[in-house]
Amino acid sequence: MISKMTHTSVLVINQESACDFYTNKLGFKVITDVPMGADGRWLTVGPPDQPGLEIVLSPVAKSMYSKETADTLSELVKNGTFGVAVFTCENIFATYEEMKAKGVEFTKAPKKEFYGTEAIFKDDSGNWFSLAQLN
Amino acid sequence: MISQEYPKMYLYRRIIQAKLFIDTHYADNIDLNIIADEAYFSKFHFIKQFKNVYQKTPHQYLIFVRVEKAMDLLNAGIPVSEVCYAVGFESLSSFSGLFKRVVGLTPSAYLLKQQKLKAKMASAPLTFIPGCFAEKNGWTKK
Repeated sequence: MISKMTHTSVLVINQESACDFYTNKLGFKVITDVPMGADGRWLTVGPPDQPGLEIVLSPVAKSMYSKETADTLSELVKNGTFGVAVFTCENIFATYEEMKAKGVEFTKAPKKEFYGTEAIFKDDSGNWFSLAQLN
Repeated sequence: MISQEYPKMYLYRRIIQAKLFIDTHYADNIDLNIIADEAYFSKFHFIKQFKNVYQKTPHQYLIFVRVEKAMDLLNAGIPVSEVCYAVGFESLSSFSGLFKRVVGLTPSAYLLKQQKLKAKMASAPLTFIPGCFAEKNGWTKK
């Protein structure tokens, strides 16, 4: 029986820029940062209150993909194709205002929905996330 | 539209302005009056509103930020004596005591632990990476 999730992956255009976004704009912590040779870096971040979860910042343009696949993925990521995750917070209005003050782009302001109050923001690559304060 | 639906938004903006002020000026000799001034609040009202939003008083949050920044600097291998003053503490003893109370280790012990961790990451990086990811990235062949 599966008991929990420890790692999940987000495709990013630029790993260094993504690291800055996730740590300085979202307030996440770097969990593992291991250089893997000249063109590789294993970099994971996570929300401060969920230390068991590592989000892998996985660059699209690395050896894991062919150039054609990497180009296609880059376009898809930049175009906002992928909805990656739902993050929750204690106070969505304060969190929304703080993230906006830090320059995070929202495509939906907080709005009451059936399950809680939700906003949608994009990371620096183009992936979109739900920010929610659950009922 | 959002401000009509949630009339407290102006309040959040002022609290967040104060929080961001702490985030930026944590190393300076700031006190509560300066932070409250930043948010245009009376001291009492400010503490109450700040705690409502962040579950910490402004002073508790300032200490939290200083310790977090200290951990970041120690992770980067900066010596304890430099870190202490760089994050706004005025004496090594108060820094060490407070750091230990929050983190559970003295700054020196924390620095040593991080150095050991880094050495292990350098010597055996694959022990930190799930095998499937390492294999897909071609790192297991090296």
